[in-house]
Amino acid sequence: MRDRTFAPSRLLIYLIVSLIAAAWLAPLAVVVLNSLRTNEEIAQASMIGWPKQWAWSNYAAAWSGFCVAETCAGIRPYMLNSALVTIPATIFSTLLGAIAGYAVSLWRFRGDSWIYGIVTLGLFLPQQMRLLPWTIVLRDTGLMNTLTGLVVIHTIQGLSFTTLFCRNYYTAIPQELIRAARIDGAGFFRIFWRIILPLSPPILVVTVIWQFTHIWNEFLYGVTFTTGQQQPVTAALIALSAAVADIPQHGVQSAAVMIAALPTLLIYLIGGKYFVRGLTAGAVK
Amino acid sequence: MNIAISTRPGRSATFDLVRRLPEYLTIWVPLLLSAAHLIAFSLWTIWISFTPSTLVPVSGWVGLRNYSAVAASRNWQIALDNLLLFGSAFVLLSLATGLILAILLDQRIRGENLLRSIFLYPLAVSFVVTGTVWSWLLNPGLGIQKLVHDLGWTSFRFDWLIDRDMAIWTIVIAAIWQSSGFAMALFLAGLRSVDADLIKAAQIDGAGPIRMYRRVILPTLWPITITVIVIQLQFAISTFDLVRALTNGGPGIATQLPALVVYDLMFQRSLLGRGAAAAVLMLLILLAVLLPYAAWRYVQRRQAIHA
Repeated sequence: MRDRTFAPSRLLIYLIVSLIAAAWLAPLAVVVLNSLRTNEEIAQASMIGWPKQWAWSNYAAAWSGFCVAETCAGIRPYMLNSALVTIPATIFSTLLGAIAGYAVSLWRFRGDSWIYGIVTLGLFLPQQMRLLPWTIVLRDTGLMNTLTGLVVIHTIQGLSFTTLFCRNYYTAIPQELIRAARIDGAGFFRIFWRIILPLSPPILVVTVIWQFTHIWNEFLYGVTFTTGQQQPVTAALIALSAAVADIPQHGVQSAAVMIAALPTLLIYLIGGKYFVRGLTAGAVK
Repeated sequence: MNIAISTRPGRSATFDLVRRLPEYLTIWVPLLLSAAHLIAFSLWTIWISFTPSTLVPVSGWVGLRNYSAVAASRNWQIALDNLLLFGSAFVLLSLATGLILAILLDQRIRGENLLRSIFLYPLAVSFVVTGTVWSWLLNPGLGIQKLVHDLGWTSFRFDWLIDRDMAIWTIVIAAIWQSSGFAMALFLAGLRSVDADLIKAAQIDGAGPIRMYRRVILPTLWPITITVIVIQLQFAISTFDLVRALTNGGPGIATQLPALVVYDLMFQRSLLGRGAAAAVLMLLILLAVLLPYAAWRYVQRRQAIHA
């Protein structure tokens, strides 16, 4: 390979890239370090600094001790809420999206391209256009301020993405395969189970990672449709910083922020390749 | 071979329909739910925007009164100005950052995978988290300014977060940090798919690296550039969480954006009609970006088929 020698120009490239990378990592480093400094230490110095003593107790306090609004149970109940919304909604929307993607790309039925076209409009329609109708629907079904309500919202809205992802993937499967299976008497479900699903793991991983990350990180619906103890962790974090504005506890807050960010960060670390695939697949709509 | 093709002699169409009911339900229920909610919700919000609804939705017709009220409000005017500034600054700067990063990473450097992961990780984190962290870093009494003061340079000022005129730039900074990696990923994919023969031909013609990028490689990237611009604009238009966590629209209403105005009208002031009108205006702004893009995509696809 060329250019293995260290020309000055290459040194410059490495220098620039490393500097930008350092800038990109700095916010993460600041939060990690702050999550291990005491509130008093941060108050005396600034948010940017090396811990004098390692305050591991911040994490225990953030997890189950400190107060958000009137409740002093730490961030744990809100993490649980987020998990109870994100996991079912991810599973449902992925599974339904896989079936729908298979139906419109391979099974084919009258009106399939029409309905698919409408469903993908969901990629563009701003959430603000759906806020009031969801409010009415949740109120009339008694799902307002429940985790079930959020699961329903994220499942139905997620279908636009999951159907698109799966449909684009399934169009690569030859139609003849399905036709042959139908002539052999295999029905809709058997073909899905025996032919489509075994071919699906790569796209299902992309879809699950995409959905999990988006639903976990979602804020607007969480803050609009739930209050108090029912809020997901993103909404609770905002409530927390409002609640402690008078007496800042930046060490504990940093630990809370780290805990809230950890699930999606871990998924990114483990499945980064698939995360990026979803990102670019979503881009080439 | 089995003879089970859909038309079985001796069995009625009704029987066939019942037998295949689970299949029809599985296909149609999720798709119809999704499509119906998109259409019905949009139409309903549009309808509400023409009614005098305040605390609860009511019927009635007020024409464009909600729209003129929103358009005349200071909140909305500031939001539009901010959107224009934030949208253009963010899109241009994240495009430039993404392109530079992609070109740098494309120089066959060591540790490319690690670097790529570093530039992309903010996309895995929620805007609430990144907004909160940036609000600490940019807070003059806590973050960068405080650090520089503690180091002895006490005349240093970096207080955009509390400066009415500059506060919108803190959102630009955080947004660039969060999503330049996305532009980088797409540009990198584009750079990697440039025709090798094209590069070879240019090398034979004696093109240096800068000339090569300007004349040969970058021109092939413009379809990707347009896609990136449109996606980043779509993000800019609907930005909500980031502002909520970073400045909450402040100081005062200096960093107001359309999505915050919608939320404020709907849920804090309980002016449903006006909130719906603001949401429809947001949709129109979005369509002003997306429709030309869709038309462009359509033409491109037609040309690709005819070529």
